[in-house]
Amino acid sequence: MCATCGCSDDAGVRVLEPGQGHGHGHGHGPGEHVHPPEPVTRTVLFEQDVLAKNDSLAERNRIWLSGRGIVAVNLMSSPGSGKTTLLERTVRELGDEVPVAVVEGDQETLLDAERVHATGTPVVQINTGAGCHLDAEMLARGLEVLDPVDGSVLFIENVGNLVCPALFDLGESARVVIMSVTEGPGKPLKYPHMFAATDLVLLNKIDLLPYVDFDVDEFTRDARSVNPGVRVLPVCATRGDGLAPWYAWLREVRGRTSAPVTP
Amino acid sequence: MHELSITQSVVDAIVERMDGATVKSVRLEIGKLSGIVADSVQFCFEVLCAGTSLEGARLEIVEPPGRAACRDCRAEFGVDDLILLCPCGSANVEVLAGRQLRIKSVEVV
Repeated sequence: MCATCGCSDDAGVRVLEPGQGHGHGHGHGPGEHVHPPEPVTRTVLFEQDVLAKNDSLAERNRIWLSGRGIVAVNLMSSPGSGKTTLLERTVRELGDEVPVAVVEGDQETLLDAERVHATGTPVVQINTGAGCHLDAEMLARGLEVLDPVDGSVLFIENVGNLVCPALFDLGESARVVIMSVTEGPGKPLKYPHMFAATDLVLLNKIDLLPYVDFDVDEFTRDARSVNPGVRVLPVCATRGDGLAPWYAWLREVRGRTSAPVTP
Repeated sequence: MHELSITQSVVDAIVERMDGATVKSVRLEIGKLSGIVADSVQFCFEVLCAGTSLEGARLEIVEPPGRAACRDCRAEFGVDDLILLCPCGSANVEVLAGRQLRIKSVEVV
C-alpha cells in the first residue's frame, strides 16, 4: 500500500527515482496523481496568561486609584442578597465622615444607580449587557465618568453573580462577599472561588434567622474551609444591625491602603 | 458563562500576536482549580474563531491537576477542588499549582 495516499498495490512493486518524491509503479504516475503538499507549520510558544490583559488594566486602575488616595471596595454577591440596601445605608452613614462614590454594575437598567443617587452620592451605572461580571476595562471607563474625589471610598457593586466576578481583578483594594441567610446553607462550598477570593464576608438579613433554616456557625466554618481565617460579620442592612464592625473594617482598609494625597 | 469572555480573550490575544497568520491549532493550559470549565471553552472556541485567522483551528486543552501545601504540617498533596483541607485536618493550606490559565503555544502555517 502507498504510505502517502493509501492506494493499494497488490504486487508490492516500487519504481523509485531519486528526487521524485514517492514513486508509484501501480498505475498512476506523478503527473496524474498529485498529493496536496502538507502545509508546513511552525509552533510558536506563547506562555501568555489569558487574563493578562485584564490584569494589566486592573493594575493601571490600582495605580490610578492609589495615586488619588482612593480606596476601592469590590462588592460581590448573588442577586437579591441586599448589596444595594447595604450600600444605601453605608453611604448615608459613612458619607459625613469620608467622601464616598459608587460604581454600579448590572446587566441592564439604571435602577440601582437611581437608588444610590437618591442618597446624594456620586454614582455611575455600568450596564454589561450580556456580560456576567465587571472587568477592569469597564471599571476604567466608569472611573473616567465618575471622577471620584481624592481620598474617597469607592464602592463597586459588581453584577449579582457568585461565579464569574471572582476571576476578574478590577484593581480594587479589597473584596467583600455579601451573602444573605435566605440563600441557604453550603454556599461557600458550592461557590468556593468567590469565597476564596474575598477579604471579608458580610452575612446579611440576620433579622430573618428565626424564620429560615440557616446555621451561622456552620456557614462560618464552610467559609473558612475555602478561605482560612476570613472574617464573617453578621449584619442586617435594613435595620442597621451589626454595621459598626463593617464601618470599622472600612476605616482599617482605608488607613492601610490609601496613600497620602499630596495637594 | 465567563468562559465566553475568557475564550474571546484567547482568540483576541492570538490574532493580535500572530498578525493574521493562519492558525492550525492552539494549546491551552487550564488548571483544575482555575474556575474555568474546559468543555465550555472548547464549545465557545469554534464559534468565536469563525471569520478570524483561527477559523477551523484545533483547540487542545491540558488540565494540570491542583497541588497544595499545608502551612502547619508542611505536607504537599493533590487537590481536585477549592475545598482545601490537608489530610492532617488543617485548612491553612496554600495552593501551589492548578490555577493557571495560559496560552501555551500555537501552530501556524
